[in-house]
Amino acid sequence: MKKLIAPLDNAVGLALLATLLIGVATAMTFFYAPVDEDGLNQKIFYFHVPIALTAYATFGWGAWKALVHLWKKKPGADLESYVAIHQGTIFGSLTLITGSIWAKLRWGHWWLWGEQELVLFLVIFLFYCTYFMLRYSIEAGPRRANISAVYALFGVVLIPISFLAIRLAENYIHPIAFTTNGPQMAGSQFGTFLVCLVAMFALAGALYRLELLGKRLDTKLRDLRELVLS
Amino acid sequence: MNGYFGDVVTLAVKDLRLELRARDTLPAMALFVLSTMTIFHFALPSGSSDNAALGLLWIAILFTALLGLTRTYAPEREQSMFDGLLLSPVDRSAIWLAKTVAALAFLAAVEVVALLAFWLFFAHIGWSLLAAVALADIGLCAVGALVAAMATASRSRELILPLLLLPLTIPVIVGAVGASVADDPGKYLAFLAMYDAIFGVIAWATFEYVVAE
Repeated sequence: MKKLIAPLDNAVGLALLATLLIGVATAMTFFYAPVDEDGLNQKIFYFHVPIALTAYATFGWGAWKALVHLWKKKPGADLESYVAIHQGTIFGSLTLITGSIWAKLRWGHWWLWGEQELVLFLVIFLFYCTYFMLRYSIEAGPRRANISAVYALFGVVLIPISFLAIRLAENYIHPIAFTTNGPQMAGSQFGTFLVCLVAMFALAGALYRLELLGKRLDTKLRDLRELVLS
Repeated sequence: MNGYFGDVVTLAVKDLRLELRARDTLPAMALFVLSTMTIFHFALPSGSSDNAALGLLWIAILFTALLGLTRTYAPEREQSMFDGLLLSPVDRSAIWLAKTVAALAFLAAVEVVALLAFWLFFAHIGWSLLAAVALADIGLCAVGALVAAMATASRSRELILPLLLLPLTIPVIVGAVGASVADDPGKYLAFLAMYDAIFGVIAWATFEYVVAE
């Protein structure tokens, strides 16, 4: 019983932490960070960029778990990789939506091919959507786990390569907030951004834990049912 | 010839010989690319630039490659020989390399037709375009031979292959079209070569896991 509850505690604790942090982050975004010369619409930056970074992080985590699966043959790594990529896709669609809103407010268009981050996310989003089609068109088993893992690994390689490709193909419209000279932001803005980033990471972590818990319970329940029926 | 490359050559020659006897993929690819080019002639209104035609040429090449790649593992599947191939005493990655080589040979043969047709119907062909075709083919076939193996494991084989391949080949198209239209094709060709090297190595290293039970 204790074993069953331990991960639940973890997930619930993480979820509470995420709720708290999201609240603090929202408050800081609107009451602490100054309104800069772009006006109020710049506030979406505090959500859009952390969401995008969280999506990258979850895709990276998914690929890491895929590598663990292929390399160490660790049972359960396949499911963890899948759940991470699922969360990544959710955060990825949020990135596309918030990026699109930002583009509309700032440049007057819902979609700008000149906005590299947005185009990159479209490519990656298309790639990871196929992950689910591929995964669910193969019978559950070691083969599915292996193929999903290889596909997830291709994903993390595709991200930097696509980024380079889009850079090569694009003119530069997207505002570059981070340069090699460090962030071009006021201290209060950067602080707010960091809190928002941590909040998004916590949210992704909580969702990841919860989904994993649900999936594991599902599997256990199915095994139990088969045991009872046989 | 013995060893790893001997295996690759044997397997690739087997695929080429099968194709020469049955002739079901190559003529289809050649006809497809010719009909596509004809359609492009009518799809491009007069006054379109040569750059637009070059872009369409790349779409034609990509789709023709896709058509050929759907047949990559068809001989094994139709004769249920895939298990036999896996049981044979060769390195698994040699199977991937042989399939890549065979796919490359088919694609190159069809591209001779495609480029002649392009030269005849549309525009002049430069050296940078030829270099881009060679480099893009390697990337397309290397990645294609791997994802085609993934697709054979899937229930929705022919349906899923384009979905798997197209997002992965967006960088190839960027590099290839860039090299064809830019005044300075060097960096685009270098990008294509980098793509080939990186994805070639990953496909080579991971193929074993895709086919292993």
